[in-house]
Amino acid sequence: MTRPGTPYLSGRRDLLRLGAGLGAAAATAPFAGSAQAQDFAGRTIEFVIPFAEAGGSDVWARFMAPYLAKHLPGRPNVIVRNVPGGGSITGTNTFYQRARPDGLSFIGTSGSTQFPYLLGDPRVRYDYTKMIPTYVSPTGGVVYLPKSLGIENASQLGRLRDRELVYGSQGATSLDLVPMLAFRLLGLNVRFVFGMRGRGEARLGLMRGEITIDYQTSSAFLTQVMPLVQAGTAVPMFSYGVLDGQGNVQRDPSFPDLPHFVEVYEMLNGRKPSGVEFDAYLAFFASGFAGQKPALLPQGTPANIVAAYKKAFADAVADPELQARKGDVLGEYKQAVGDDVDAVYRVATSIKPEARAWVRNFLTTNHNVRF
Amino acid sequence: MIDLFFATLGNLLTLQHMSYMLAGVSLGLVIGVLPGVGGIAGLSLLLPFLYGMDATSALAMLIGLLAIIPTADTFTSILMGIPGSSASQATVLDGFPLAKQGQAARALSAAFAASMIGGLFGALLLTFAVLIASPIILSFGTAELFMLTLFGLSMVGVLSGANMVKGIASACLGLGFGLVGAAPATSEYRMDFNLLYLIDGIPLVTVALGIFALPEILDLLRGGGSIAQGAQLGRGWFRGVRDTLGNIWLTLRCSGIGALIGAIPGIGGSVVDWIAYGHVVQTTRDKSQFGKGDIRGVIAPESANNATAAGALLPTLLFGIPGSGSMAIFLAAMILLGIQPGPGMASTDLGITYTIIWSLAIANVIGTAMCILLAPGIAKLTAVRYALIAPFMIMVICFAAFQATRSFADLMALLFMGILGIFLRRFGWSRPAFLIGFVLALGGERYLYQAVQFYGWGFVTRPLVLVIAAITIISIWAGLRGTKSGSTIHTEGSAETSVARNMTPQIAFSCVVLAGFGFAIQQGLGVSFLAQIFPIAVGIVGGLATLLLLVQQARGPVAAGSANFDSEAEARDGGPWRFLLWFLGFMGAIGLVGFFAALVGFFMVFLRVVARSSWVQAVALTAGAGGLMLVLANALNLVFPGGLLQEYFDLPWPFR
Repeated sequence: MTRPGTPYLSGRRDLLRLGAGLGAAAATAPFAGSAQAQDFAGRTIEFVIPFAEAGGSDVWARFMAPYLAKHLPGRPNVIVRNVPGGGSITGTNTFYQRARPDGLSFIGTSGSTQFPYLLGDPRVRYDYTKMIPTYVSPTGGVVYLPKSLGIENASQLGRLRDRELVYGSQGATSLDLVPMLAFRLLGLNVRFVFGMRGRGEARLGLMRGEITIDYQTSSAFLTQVMPLVQAGTAVPMFSYGVLDGQGNVQRDPSFPDLPHFVEVYEMLNGRKPSGVEFDAYLAFFASGFAGQKPALLPQGTPANIVAAYKKAFADAVADPELQARKGDVLGEYKQAVGDDVDAVYRVATSIKPEARAWVRNFLTTNHNVRF
Repeated sequence: MIDLFFATLGNLLTLQHMSYMLAGVSLGLVIGVLPGVGGIAGLSLLLPFLYGMDATSALAMLIGLLAIIPTADTFTSILMGIPGSSASQATVLDGFPLAKQGQAARALSAAFAASMIGGLFGALLLTFAVLIASPIILSFGTAELFMLTLFGLSMVGVLSGANMVKGIASACLGLGFGLVGAAPATSEYRMDFNLLYLIDGIPLVTVALGIFALPEILDLLRGGGSIAQGAQLGRGWFRGVRDTLGNIWLTLRCSGIGALIGAIPGIGGSVVDWIAYGHVVQTTRDKSQFGKGDIRGVIAPESANNATAAGALLPTLLFGIPGSGSMAIFLAAMILLGIQPGPGMASTDLGITYTIIWSLAIANVIGTAMCILLAPGIAKLTAVRYALIAPFMIMVICFAAFQATRSFADLMALLFMGILGIFLRRFGWSRPAFLIGFVLALGGERYLYQAVQFYGWGFVTRPLVLVIAAITIISIWAGLRGTKSGSTIHTEGSAETSVARNMTPQIAFSCVVLAGFGFAIQQGLGVSFLAQIFPIAVGIVGGLATLLLLVQQARGPVAAGSANFDSEAEARDGGPWRFLLWFLGFMGAIGLVGFFAALVGFFMVFLRVVARSSWVQAVALTAGAGGLMLVLANALNLVFPGGLLQEYFDLPWPFR
């Protein structure tokens, strides 16, 4: 109650709606109190996921929901609401335009939602600078090669520059944009074969010999590719890395012995990466991996509700039960909560205008992408 | 290994684990019976309960649900002529005519027996295959997958209806609809009308329900009576089981086909039933009864689809690659349970795999028993006046359709596909051929492009590709063998009884289809080379077939022969349009006041006006329907599609 103005505004907005909204809107009246009380007891909170059931975001949300419920004030019921369609743009547009800032609904987006926003897709109606992040969940990935290429580790990658590699991609503007930009920075000659429906198909392609360079997210790498590495048919090259609280790239905690992408760039070129191409890579890497899944409240949500959510997410992540069960869903990654949220979120949802222009031009020129 | 195999059985056979399985089977039964609502929705219902469950109980519950769906979905396929799920579309072709002849009991029991044998066969196969299947799965690369889609398309040969040219045009039309949305090679959008809704393509459930279910519902309403015209409804239970046992080799062959297709990631379960159906037609000498109520046409797809569920577990468990939508959710459930699928499932985690296999086998037996117990009761629905059933069917297909994106757009897509389905049915354009084309369109395009990228055009000489090509050719030959021209399966009813004197309507429809192919070519020309090959090829082949058809039709009613097909030629009741107007009214009401309020209103008005129910009956049925929707939507955390009212006002659930 330190900010008397905010709850009052929120309450008055509800009163106005009540006046305008005929009898039907009377149902919204009880919600007016939530901002003041900051207590969600007996309430049902919607965790909106703009994807269908069973995707990575859905699993993440369903895993987090009970712990969030446990740590929000009043122990509300937190349910996952899937709003699939339009490659996650539809559900996010709707949430952005309709959700009310009462703390009773929030959205979990993903790299696939952030990429079209960063690329300036005209179908995007949401603005990440207006929504309020309360928690960001990172993920990671490892690039690996078949053993038959004769490359032992990342420092030898330069030997492949005069040889065409084949990568199975889900699409030029999908999350596979990140490896596309990474390979280009490393000077690798990679042909992209599109139309993969998931990284698993590309992994099978590599096992069959159709594909000669691939990456898998950390959990898939550990369970699916490590047996290949142990059997001597695949060799890990580098991880994408993670972002620390200052927004710098660090080694992936799941793969502390593996260099991250920036290290590999230095190995091959003898200098740190810089320039517009690297800026572009960094933006999409942060958006697709290091800050892949933010949990966002609608714009205009009162500060006390934001604080309650931030605290709940921090407590949930620290919950020993969550830590014991997190397994492959969260992996070894340090979840961005509390004060760490904003830095990671900003890197993951912003791009320099010239870097955006460069990527758009690159995609249009090389892969027929039209904006 | 054998010790472990039986130890897992002992572990599973505890009261706790079995009661969870029973819960899964029971839910699966309800979900399976509702048309269009399949494993995806069923497993989604269970996901929230996984938190804190032990792995064995959870797996027993999930597998219990998955195992029974391809058994229970047979009910609506046979009794209502509405595919219960994508796994039993082909069952409709012969199952529904049998029900109309009053042989529903026989068809159902044959289907259940076949389902159980298929499921047990699949479980048995899985037991051994899990240890050795990896190299087999890996031997199917993109080139082989492309050949398999061609093999699937070759089934059009026996499913093209009375007129082969029309059948090919139907398949091309299906392919064209399948190509809507992003091109696999370039992600460019084709035929999307700049609608965000269409960028992911038209959902399969919507297409299947639109072209099969909606026309059937309207047609049955026109009939005015009940579904089963004959008597002796409850008889024939043993005859059906005997039918299946008498065709045991066919049952096992189709189980094998189902398991194999299911195990190869990338083809998917949606065509397995058609392939099995095609197989039985090709291997049968006397084809005259297919499409009119041949029991083998029920046995083949039903034995295949349960085995498919087992086969589909292989790539899911071994590679973490889901072969279908429901497998994707099963995979997600495993991860939530802390089980990470991978090669370990055949070694360190073999116990989990065997728990799954035992669950599958036991659930198939329990599920079949439950279906058989419930069948006499459910089969009585075919004796009920259809006007009382129709609103429920319309409600359920709408519910199934809006699972896709939970929006009004899903219902508009259903309406559009439904209207197309009405015309396809009326003019004898094979809807099975359309559906096969639709299902295989994107796969065909994707795998052709990828195969050429990976291997060059030399991919056609890969050994396994040649083998599949040979099988495809044999399959086409077997389908045409012994048939005189024009005596293939009559998927849309008999051509002899559908000869029209006035051919203007069907010629007009052919022209519309021709324009559609023209549109596909025009859209193809607007995108880059890799994205235009398929739309243009489909447009040209389909366009030529349609032109040929038009030439035949232009010769006049008699000379057109099998090209002349209009099942409304002798109709005197004004066609299905009167009832389509009811459906349109329902859609319009949804657009105004949202799904739930519109549903209540539609039920009351329809029951009072069309079914002439008493007030008591109308209120009771409406309450029952509304209650069912609320329970399902609440469990799925679903907000019903809204209308204009919801745009402006924030209403409480379920009206919001």
